[in-house]
Amino acid sequence: MTIDLANQIVTGLLTGLVYSLMALGLSVIFGVVRVVNFAHGEMTAIAMYAAWALFTWAELDPLVGLPLIALLLFALGYVMQRGLIDAFVAKPEHMQFILLVAVAIIMVNGSLLVFGPDAHGIQVPYGFDTYEVGPLLVDKVRLLAAIAALAISGLLMLFFRRTMTGKAIRACADNLVGAKVIGLNVKQLYAVTFGIGAACVGAAGALLSMLIDVMPSSGPELTMLAFIIVIVGGLGSMGGALLGGILIGVSEVLAGYFLMPSMKGMFSFAILILILVLRPQGLMGARK
Amino acid sequence: MSGHSSPMVNRRGFLAAGAAGAAALGLGGRVGPLHAAEPLKVGLLLPMSGGLAREGQSCKRGADVTPGLLADMGMPVQLMIADTETNIDTARTRAEKLIADGAQVLIGAFDSAHTLAVAQVCEQRGVPLVINIAAAPNITEQGFKTVFRNFPTAPKLVTEGLALMKDVFKITGTTPTKAVFLHNNDTFGTAMAGAVNKLFPTLDMPFPLVETIAYDGAARDLAVEVGKAKATGADLVLLVPHGDDCIRVIREMVKQRFEPKAVVSPGSPGMYETQFYKTLGKYSDYCMTNLPWINPKTAMSQALLKAFTKAYPDALFEMNIGYTFEAILIAADAARRAGSNDPKAILAALPATNIAEHVMIGGPIVFDAKGQNTNTRSATIQNFGGKPLVVLPSDVAEAKPVFPAPGWQQRG
Repeated sequence: MTIDLANQIVTGLLTGLVYSLMALGLSVIFGVVRVVNFAHGEMTAIAMYAAWALFTWAELDPLVGLPLIALLLFALGYVMQRGLIDAFVAKPEHMQFILLVAVAIIMVNGSLLVFGPDAHGIQVPYGFDTYEVGPLLVDKVRLLAAIAALAISGLLMLFFRRTMTGKAIRACADNLVGAKVIGLNVKQLYAVTFGIGAACVGAAGALLSMLIDVMPSSGPELTMLAFIIVIVGGLGSMGGALLGGILIGVSEVLAGYFLMPSMKGMFSFAILILILVLRPQGLMGARK
Repeated sequence: MSGHSSPMVNRRGFLAAGAAGAAALGLGGRVGPLHAAEPLKVGLLLPMSGGLAREGQSCKRGADVTPGLLADMGMPVQLMIADTETNIDTARTRAEKLIADGAQVLIGAFDSAHTLAVAQVCEQRGVPLVINIAAAPNITEQGFKTVFRNFPTAPKLVTEGLALMKDVFKITGTTPTKAVFLHNNDTFGTAMAGAVNKLFPTLDMPFPLVETIAYDGAARDLAVEVGKAKATGADLVLLVPHGDDCIRVIREMVKQRFEPKAVVSPGSPGMYETQFYKTLGKYSDYCMTNLPWINPKTAMSQALLKAFTKAYPDALFEMNIGYTFEAILIAADAARRAGSNDPKAILAALPATNIAEHVMIGGPIVFDAKGQNTNTRSATIQNFGGKPLVVLPSDVAEAKPVFPAPGWQQRG
């Protein structure tokens, strides 16, 4: 019983890390551009479809195809920001909301049109392998996906702390007026940021495609998941997204194990409500 | 089941078989002309998109090849196909639209909840509904006058499904010690769970059911559900999935090295479908499903197989195709006996249905006072090399049952 539970907790932890990477993209975009991406899950689903297409048609392992998919999503994010969202950044929030919900609906129906209603899953050759770590059984796919998610999150944090572009983006987030005064190209940096957030989504989508099946209806569900994670962790906080993902991943497992498996989703919302009541800024968000 | 080795039957053979069936129908009323002037307008409601799209598309493939075969039997039909989008409200509105557009009989609607909604529309409009697939017992228990079901109820599916398990244990000489029951929590899964929990204690099963685990079929993954099932120590998994969820369950069982003697479904879709075989490969083998199935040994099923394989060489010939064909056959047969395509005349003819020659395993298609065909009969099918074969009942079996199944890692 204890070993089974420990196995489940490890599973939840590893899956949660991949969820974190997806939510990180949402957090980065909101933290800098101050736009809430309501098409976040739909973009993740598109990345999953891209991974599935590369795997099916070119036999490319999602781990290998990940940089390509991240690049593709970077381009999508960049174009979305420059072509659509830029015009709405200074407008009332409800207009941004409507714009991005419209984009999300187009993505869902576009996926339905192109890929059909069926679920598409990827079965990598090592898809059924497990590692024995003492008495624990660790799923190889989940482990690889979690390591990749952690590595990408680490690289992202290094990018924001060590590179000039990263520092410039942080400057925009911290003091927009100051950034404009010293001559930073804010529009360009916003587009790069949205692209980076989307690239996170692309990477997360490639990893998720090995763990769960994708279908057009996956998008809204993933958007909701990303929102829960960033709100629990703290909107705009990269560390918070990481912590939120792990917390939701593990809590869903515990809820399923001790209560009823069909209550897993409900438990995430219960945590969300609890956090909103007790600590509205999230676990690692800054109080305003 | 594509790739049968049984002798192939051509359309002439099918016509002969149909004629034999039609002759038997004579007792229900007068037999109409061999080629009716006007084809019967059949409104077919299926979930061709949304969560049950795969099953709906499968039914549609069965429907696509049916008009040609029925025309050979002098029962011309014109199909009017509508997509319920796996949505109850859409099913209801599409049923209204089909009737408004002239459908004289409705067929459908695969999902029990959708079928109930459609049944209400049919009852209000006085248009007959012939159910191809839907198992919830209340569909035929609430006194509808226009509803006829050629598919077993969930309790019958479960009773026969569990009884067939005992036959498998008897034949193979191995009996499991305890079982865990995993089921999807949608309308169908809940109805099946209700039936299992109610009937299990009455059927003298040789193993206890140690735990029942309901899961959300739309859940992102089912690791915790499978982990919980593994923790029970059960050596038999009873599984009632309703779509892709069975793939996720088996995948997790392999990963978590949960190796019961068998995974058996007491009457549900999923484990005999193309996607299941394609995705899981060798891990899809040896899974058993106890459910109504196409009789591989009748002339009519062979003719249907031939027409189906010609139209869809890569698709699996399975239950959805057979039941959809039979539902249309029932409607066309009633219209032929009535000598009219008028819904009222067809309604009057349907209770006297008696079709001896058909494609599914079981006795003649007849309806009781509630509109339920009581002669349906389940079979045990087991997966071998990526296709389902009938292993029980012995008189129609194509292979012998393998139980216990080889371990996940012992498969080639």
